[in-house]
Amino acid sequence: MIEARGLVKRYGPTTAVDHLSFDVRPGTVTGFLGPNGAGKSTTMRMMLGLDRPDAGTVRINGKDYRDLRSPLHEVGALLEAKAFHPGRTARAHLTALAASNNIPRRRVNDVLGITGLDKAADRRAGKFSLGMAQRLGIAAALLGDPAVLVLDEPVNGLDPEGIRWIRNLLKNLAAHGRTVLVSSHLISEVAQTADQLIVIGQGRLLAQTTVAELSARSNSLEEAFFQLTEGSTEYSASNIAYQGSPS
Amino acid sequence: MTTAALTRGATRAEGGYGFRSAATMEWLKLRSVRSTAWVLLVFAAGLIGLAILVMAHTHWATMSPADRASFDPTEESFAGLTIGQLAFGVLGALVITTEFSSGMIRATLAAVPRRPLLLAAKAAVLAAVTLVAGEVLAFGAFAAGELVLRSPAPHATLGQPGVLRAVLMAGAYPALIALIALGLGAVIRHTAGAISAVVGILFVLPLILLPLGTSIQNSVGQFMPMLIAENSLTAVKPQSHTLSPGAGFGMLCLYAAIALAIGTWSLARRDA
Repeated sequence: MIEARGLVKRYGPTTAVDHLSFDVRPGTVTGFLGPNGAGKSTTMRMMLGLDRPDAGTVRINGKDYRDLRSPLHEVGALLEAKAFHPGRTARAHLTALAASNNIPRRRVNDVLGITGLDKAADRRAGKFSLGMAQRLGIAAALLGDPAVLVLDEPVNGLDPEGIRWIRNLLKNLAAHGRTVLVSSHLISEVAQTADQLIVIGQGRLLAQTTVAELSARSNSLEEAFFQLTEGSTEYSASNIAYQGSPS
Repeated sequence: MTTAALTRGATRAEGGYGFRSAATMEWLKLRSVRSTAWVLLVFAAGLIGLAILVMAHTHWATMSPADRASFDPTEESFAGLTIGQLAFGVLGALVITTEFSSGMIRATLAAVPRRPLLLAAKAAVLAAVTLVAGEVLAFGAFAAGELVLRSPAPHATLGQPGVLRAVLMAGAYPALIALIALGLGAVIRHTAGAISAVVGILFVLPLILLPLGTSIQNSVGQFMPMLIAENSLTAVKPQSHTLSPGAGFGMLCLYAAIALAIGTWSLARRDA
């Protein structure tokens, strides 16, 4: 369970996250949707205690992330691909993280197996393709067998087979009672995995809904999404035309 | 993909995290990157190599009476500290700056959200590794230097007053520089910037003093880390305008404490 209440994050004059409140429930995959720059990654960083909100709170299983006693057992996160030292092997990376939360070493082999990295485990992670880097990030997220998963654009860089793999993985994780939050800027991608949707634009909550409900609003899911996010994209078509014309 | 491995409870939540587990993580991280071995190699080569080079080229016969009077065979065997301090300064900076440059810091802080605890664990592991390596190589450099120094030049032995103290302090000095660099790295977050700051403090600050005249050099110079190492820590023969060995060592500990305090404050306060 993730509960955000009145989250605000400002960077200088720009407000990246603007009084955002929502709930993410266990047992289902929740898609976190919004155009580029909507504030998805910033919100996820605040969930993990990496960025401090200017106002509001976000609680995971009722607690502030920084107060979790065994964070990797409670939350698994993939925030960016390649969040590892390029010179370290995949196994060394996972072994070090496992040690931090007293996770038994055999769990490293487990997550290497789950993510299909067994054969690449002793190669330097800096040589990994983006797809393999994403798998390593997911392996790290699964290390502590957490009840909550927070994944920022996990399908980035994955090939079609990898995308199908991650969809099944996420559905499986949710089916086992976990809370799964997955961000994306592509409604069509999220619709294949998620049931619940949180849609934001310019840091504000546009809708907390379900895929079924959203697709019933218009001819197509994509159309409904565009209607919802209209006016909250970073560069709308009219903006681009304006910037292109001589002044 | 095995579904069994996905079932909750495949691993049991046990113990949580603390200083010990955070330090274990930092130790595993430190030894699983190549840069650590390279830095240790440069450190060893610098300390032993320069001790041999300087001591083998000491020609007692051609030295002036003044040079002979001030010749300190202990201090001279630690000429390699100029390279050694830079090597460990680089190591101390890399321990934190590579986390920021690679994005690893996000994974690290997700695992250990209490940031002061994380920096303390990093500092403890860094201090342990650099202190052990520093002491081993300080004794090595001293032994190698005395071995290649030719008679009739006077030799130092560990039994002479102040010599053991000088060797021990020579071994501890690079570890203190590593801790200062770690603190700077936690504030600056960029590898090149942090290393530049270390080089600036060690090598450039003393140069700035040069044109300012002898009185300022004498009064301010004795507080410069590199001059403390040369004139206070490793010297057995007392020199003018220098801190006592104890005061010099205390001063360096104070610098390290200040750097780490500012680093902790910066790490805890800023977004990662």
